[in-house]
Amino acid sequence: MDSIQDTNRPCQIELQNVRKVYPVTGGEVVALDNISLKIHKGDIFGIIGLSGAGKSTLIRCVNRLDTPTEGKILFCGKNVPEMNKQQLNLMRRKMSMIFQQFNLLMQQTVAKNIAYPMEIAGVPKERIRKRVAELLEIVGLSDKAKAYPSQLSGGQKQRVAIARALASDPEVLLCDEATSALDPMTTQSILRLLQQINRELGITIVVITHEMAVIRQICTHVAILDGGVIAEEGSVDEVFTHTKSAAGKRLFGIVTPENREELAEAPALRIVFDGEQLSEPIIAELILHLGQPVSILSADVHTLNGAQYGQMLITRPENRDVCDKAFAYLKGRGLTVEEVRQA
Amino acid sequence: MSWNTLMAMLAEETCNTLFMTIPSTLIAYLLGLPLGVLLVITRKDGIMPLPTLNRVLGIVVNLLRSVPFIILMVMLFPVTRAIMGRGTGTASVIVPLTISAFPYVARMVESSLLEVDSGVVEAAQSMGSSTLQIVRKVLIPEAMPSLVNGFAICITTILAYTAMAGTAGGDGLGKVAITYGLNKRQYDVMYAASIVLVLLVQLFQVGGTTLSHVIDHRRRK
Repeated sequence: MDSIQDTNRPCQIELQNVRKVYPVTGGEVVALDNISLKIHKGDIFGIIGLSGAGKSTLIRCVNRLDTPTEGKILFCGKNVPEMNKQQLNLMRRKMSMIFQQFNLLMQQTVAKNIAYPMEIAGVPKERIRKRVAELLEIVGLSDKAKAYPSQLSGGQKQRVAIARALASDPEVLLCDEATSALDPMTTQSILRLLQQINRELGITIVVITHEMAVIRQICTHVAILDGGVIAEEGSVDEVFTHTKSAAGKRLFGIVTPENREELAEAPALRIVFDGEQLSEPIIAELILHLGQPVSILSADVHTLNGAQYGQMLITRPENRDVCDKAFAYLKGRGLTVEEVRQA
Repeated sequence: MSWNTLMAMLAEETCNTLFMTIPSTLIAYLLGLPLGVLLVITRKDGIMPLPTLNRVLGIVVNLLRSVPFIILMVMLFPVTRAIMGRGTGTASVIVPLTISAFPYVARMVESSLLEVDSGVVEAAQSMGSSTLQIVRKVLIPEAMPSLVNGFAICITTILAYTAMAGTAGGDGLGKVAITYGLNKRQYDVMYAASIVLVLLVQLFQVGGTTLSHVIDHRRRK
């Protein structure tokens, strides 16, 4: 489902048929199965799934904190699982990672934490000092250089972790549930920082999350992981407006635990609006057009990459002709319409 | 025994005790610290997994630790003689003390290093650190408060062992207490020597605990 814009940009990370199996007593557990993905340079690529879907295993295979059982992971033309120790360490300096629990050195100052990746790479002291100051500026913590992590809030700790991740001038930043331990306000500010880093430094970002809000807010692309396989993948607008998979419908709140039973009895119509159509009285006009009422089952408005999107579920008219008429009318208004059944 | 004679003797024997304790502890750390590091990093889930080596090291450490010090001292007479020129005497006791203490030190170091958050080690790996860099720049500095606590425990344990050195011709406060208490029935001298031992243990332990607390940056100050 590559759009034209995708194929123009060079591929940064490519996963080919990645499989990960964990041995357990009396058999094995398949954590990832036949995962193939292309992440392009400059993407903010989101991988979403419920816990146990395999998303953490997936991102950990990318920088080989975990080793896939089968398959290839190509980064800069080299296959990550086949790298020797030296190649692996050089690769990891180009592919930084931040974590849910921040994982800072608790006995070192903020400045020392940020200096660490440069120290292990043998960067001269004077350059390290200068670069630490620049990085602190980028993450907005210039006054905290001499503080210890225990003196910082969660959001500040994640900012230090981000500065540390940027210290090796990476091409890719992997974020493993980076905002899951933070409150909503702090999550917003960290997401904005990630977006700023993507735009200003051109760093490709891979985001692992279980929160659709994170995907909607910053991601350009999304892969929905369900039970170790990719249920659906594409640009965020595309996947949101034409959600196909059951997992996707759950995650986008189209099919919820509350409306599951209703949908089993009678299918509904899902209408997706973009920003311009949001202010128009579409439903009122639809009712006038059909000459019969429809009820609204649910409605909400989301922000996708800064643009407003709305989605609404309405009852599907029982009469087939009326239903077709509704479809034709809504499509004529430039809206995306689809029938939703119980997933 | 006059007060002045007693004080002079206690001062001299305190020096002897420290002369056995401090070098033994330092050499035991020279051997025990790397061994403790190896015990941690070669674990199955460690940063340099070598399960067979890990098991062998574990068995050796346990074997050495299971021989009581006083017996080990006798068993080591030939080794001590080869290293120090004579099997007995204050300086010679450093050999069996060190050999008896270093496996203990290794276990203390191991347990301190295992306290380091595995997430931090993983972060260091994800940044492309070598094994040696993780040991030197992550494991040991992050475990430092716990290592200092362990050091205080080790040095006080070795101090207690020096009391047995008297049986192998070593001097020190332990020998004074045994000679005067057991053989000459001069209990006041025995108590005086014991009090100095207690004070030394307190000094090391309180010093260690305080230092450990001061260098620990995990709590807000």
